[in-house]
Amino acid sequence: MSTSLKARIADVFEEPGCDKNQGKSDKERKKGCTAQLAPGAAAGGCAFDGAKIALQPIADVAHLVHGPIACEGNSWDNRHSASSGPQIYRTGFTTDINELDVIYGGEKRLFKSIREILEKYDPPAVFVYQTCVTALVGDDIEAVCQRATEKFGKPIIPVNAPGFAGIKNLGNKLGAEALLDYVIGTVEPEFTTPYDINIIGEYNLVGELWQVKPLLDALGIRILCCMAGDGRYKEIASAHRAKVNMMVCSKSMINIATKMEKRWGIPYFEGSFYGIGDMSDSLRQIAKLLVQQGAPDELLGRTERLIEVEEARAYQRIEQYKQRLAGKRVLLITGGVKSWSVVAALQEAGLEIVGTSVKKSTKEDKQKIKEIMGDDAHMIDNMTPREMYNMLRDARADIMLSGGRSQFVALKARMPWLDINQERYYPYGGYEGMVELVSQIDRALSNPVWQQVRLPAPWGDDGETLGAVPVLAASATDPQANRFLTEVAANALGLVPEEVPA
Amino acid sequence: MHWAWCLKKCLHKSHPQRDLSVMAQVVESKKACAVNPLKMSQPLGASLAFLGLDACMPVMHGSQGCTSFGLVLLVRHFKEAIPLQTTAMNEVTSILGGYDNIEAALLNIRKRAAPKIIAICSTGLTETKGDDVEGYIVTIRKRHPELDDTEIVYASTPDYVGGFEDGYRVAVTAIVRTLVKPLPVKSDQVTLLPGSHLSPGDIFELREIIEAFGLSVIVLPDVSGSLDGHIPPDWRGTTLGGTSLQEIRAAGASALTLGVGEQTRDAAQALQDIAGTPMEVFDRLTGLEVNDRFLQRLSQLSGRPVPAKYRRQRSQLLDAMLDGHFYTGGVKVAIAAEPDLLLAVGSLLHEMGAELRCCVSTTKSASHAALPAQTVILGDLEDLERGATDCDLLVTHSHGRQASERLAKPLLRIGFPVFDRVGNAHRCLVGYRGTMALIFEVANLMIEQIKHHHADDWPLSPEALQAAAAPSTCDSSSCGSCGPATPIRLADAGA
Repeated sequence: MSTSLKARIADVFEEPGCDKNQGKSDKERKKGCTAQLAPGAAAGGCAFDGAKIALQPIADVAHLVHGPIACEGNSWDNRHSASSGPQIYRTGFTTDINELDVIYGGEKRLFKSIREILEKYDPPAVFVYQTCVTALVGDDIEAVCQRATEKFGKPIIPVNAPGFAGIKNLGNKLGAEALLDYVIGTVEPEFTTPYDINIIGEYNLVGELWQVKPLLDALGIRILCCMAGDGRYKEIASAHRAKVNMMVCSKSMINIATKMEKRWGIPYFEGSFYGIGDMSDSLRQIAKLLVQQGAPDELLGRTERLIEVEEARAYQRIEQYKQRLAGKRVLLITGGVKSWSVVAALQEAGLEIVGTSVKKSTKEDKQKIKEIMGDDAHMIDNMTPREMYNMLRDARADIMLSGGRSQFVALKARMPWLDINQERYYPYGGYEGMVELVSQIDRALSNPVWQQVRLPAPWGDDGETLGAVPVLAASATDPQANRFLTEVAANALGLVPEEVPA
Repeated sequence: MHWAWCLKKCLHKSHPQRDLSVMAQVVESKKACAVNPLKMSQPLGASLAFLGLDACMPVMHGSQGCTSFGLVLLVRHFKEAIPLQTTAMNEVTSILGGYDNIEAALLNIRKRAAPKIIAICSTGLTETKGDDVEGYIVTIRKRHPELDDTEIVYASTPDYVGGFEDGYRVAVTAIVRTLVKPLPVKSDQVTLLPGSHLSPGDIFELREIIEAFGLSVIVLPDVSGSLDGHIPPDWRGTTLGGTSLQEIRAAGASALTLGVGEQTRDAAQALQDIAGTPMEVFDRLTGLEVNDRFLQRLSQLSGRPVPAKYRRQRSQLLDAMLDGHFYTGGVKVAIAAEPDLLLAVGSLLHEMGAELRCCVSTTKSASHAALPAQTVILGDLEDLERGATDCDLLVTHSHGRQASERLAKPLLRIGFPVFDRVGNAHRCLVGYRGTMALIFEVANLMIEQIKHHHADDWPLSPEALQAAAAPSTCDSSSCGSCGPATPIRLADAGA
């Protein structure tokens, strides 16, 4: 790893906006926020993945991955971050390096690739992502990008976040650093208004930003730039002229907010668009900070009136589900900060939260969950799939809300499940989104398919579909066959046969 | 008569339906930058092979992102929980070597999931450093007798060489070389090596066909046991079903190895080297004639006639070909797939009268020589999109959806990944039945494209209009006394 990347990571770990970070000693801080990963027991994306997630939603630029085919070939076009215009961000560009590039270095191929992209697609900028292999062989992407910028007269932005640098969250921050270093502040906006804001850490998944934007539009608040959902290069380049920054996913790109505050004096706050109360709080905060920054204070009154109308409408629409959903128990397994905001929203619909994951949540997140759910809040630090499965099978929960990777834990236990992670198809932002979420939970819970799939097979061996059972049914008295059955059962349970009770 | 015998022998050896003049030339893309990749990496293909083993935990030796990306893609395609672990390499361990990580991973997995087999594949990261994983395993085995009850398979699969299919090939060969031992031959047992392009549904079909001849079959690897989308009685960290360790070992007793796809040749050869098992590799099992040969071979081996069920199915397929050819004949196809799948689907489309106008594949393979097309480009979906401008049908994996939208042309989804459709595990494209299903699918897709015509769909050319016009005698057409007659509507004339 280059010394510059090392320094950059140390810099990212020095986070004034993070209380947890500030509470550490210098030595601890140097170690970083990322726990050592256990080989053979780890899950989750790498730093490159994180950087790509953070920046890929910038819709009008080409995202070029410098590395072997795995990094882009196995992952491209896999998120539903929406664009209102350009589609080039969904095009997969990769140098797809071969053995010779590993031996001789891939810088020439990278440079040629940038030229090909500019000639064929003419984007306003190219983002170049470093990966493990090209970092290990010493390809200097910063130098190549600088040379390409000079040669082609277009910004070519290096994103130095090779996968082995750390986990996804670190990658989010390294991606944000690339924006701070090379993009933000390089272009002046055509005009400014006292109502200009940036939204940071919002990825416009399945178009969620558009559930919020009409509210801001109605108040005359302009989204100068959104990092990075439905983003445009020029907007991000001129983001330094905004009056207020809103941090949406607080852990992912907080360094942008703190550094923009330091460099350009832009105040920021952390907010969420998930949940009715949170949406209203966010609108209030935006209005309050804009007024502090010099916007006319009649904005405050208009904001309150809009909130009143929208909240009333949302509650009225949720009301129709309350009766059907009251008392239903939800197991909520999310990436982290979203937990508390979703918890509040679900309680609005009368749902009971029997447990929520706090694996990636900060201390304040946990405090907030306690405030919302009470002291008996069931916070799950690191639930294994088996524990989740047992909880669902024993009917201690009626539905699980989680990311796509754990969906089968619920589905195989024949329990309703709802996707609330980035691969989902339904938008849950703002007032509209909460109504949608509640209606989706209702749709999942009220589906008669759950009664169907829980019907036991008349021959009593339901589920044991490993191929051995029909043979046994015919010869149950045969001791040879019984031993075989034991093995099958043991196999299915993941036990050695000796552990199976006779 | 000698020359005639020679000719007959030659004809018999060559593919009877193959037009030798159109064997495909392989052209490598000259681009520095791959745009919209068709290819996926070797470790992902290797992982799929390992997922076809029972009670197995596949591990990628690399950064945790390698596993994470592969996992997400497999989950999106199969809609199943996928056990796939990582050695979680970071920059320090990458440079110093991954011994400690592999050791920790093996012990952790043994403790937490107790698999029967732990299958490791390398990645670009660890291959660049040059980790001697085979050596590591020997050392770890010496130091940790607690791993004695766990088989360890290793496949070397750098990301920057080959693609998905190659990784699968290397992994299956590694499984054979590590676990199969020679055994006394059982004359009624065959080993089936399915290529990576075969779905669980395909494997079910082939198993049923083989068993219909009274033969027992060991499928290696068998994703139909693990990724067929069943509801298991309990949650387990490892694969649930697939080829069991006992079955893999028993493959040493098979009387014949049947491979489907060129990618299975290395593993079939390994079985021959180890156990002396004769081998026969079918380059595809999609199409009429290849299935005829397949059934004939099974009949020969078992000494039983082809069951009535398949005679009937053959007849059904013939009828399907007759019904379908109206819609497939003359269709210009742009197809992109890994070599063996390209050959299977491309050849059938050719046999149904379609023209393979643009063929794109990922890596070199013996399969390309047999493809009835002018050229095969080793490239990406940008090459496909550019070559598809005058085509009627796109055929590739789900990533072709963007090109399909831009070109407003139908897309037939094949291969891996197909993440925007359900039921991938049960889609069957082999045997008479699978071939028939594919013909129906393509024909139905083309029927949807049939245009309803309008009165002005066939305008005459300006030359024709001029030729048909009344001869002009004056220079000016404004007098109205000559030139094309202005139509007079009866109502106007009456008024």
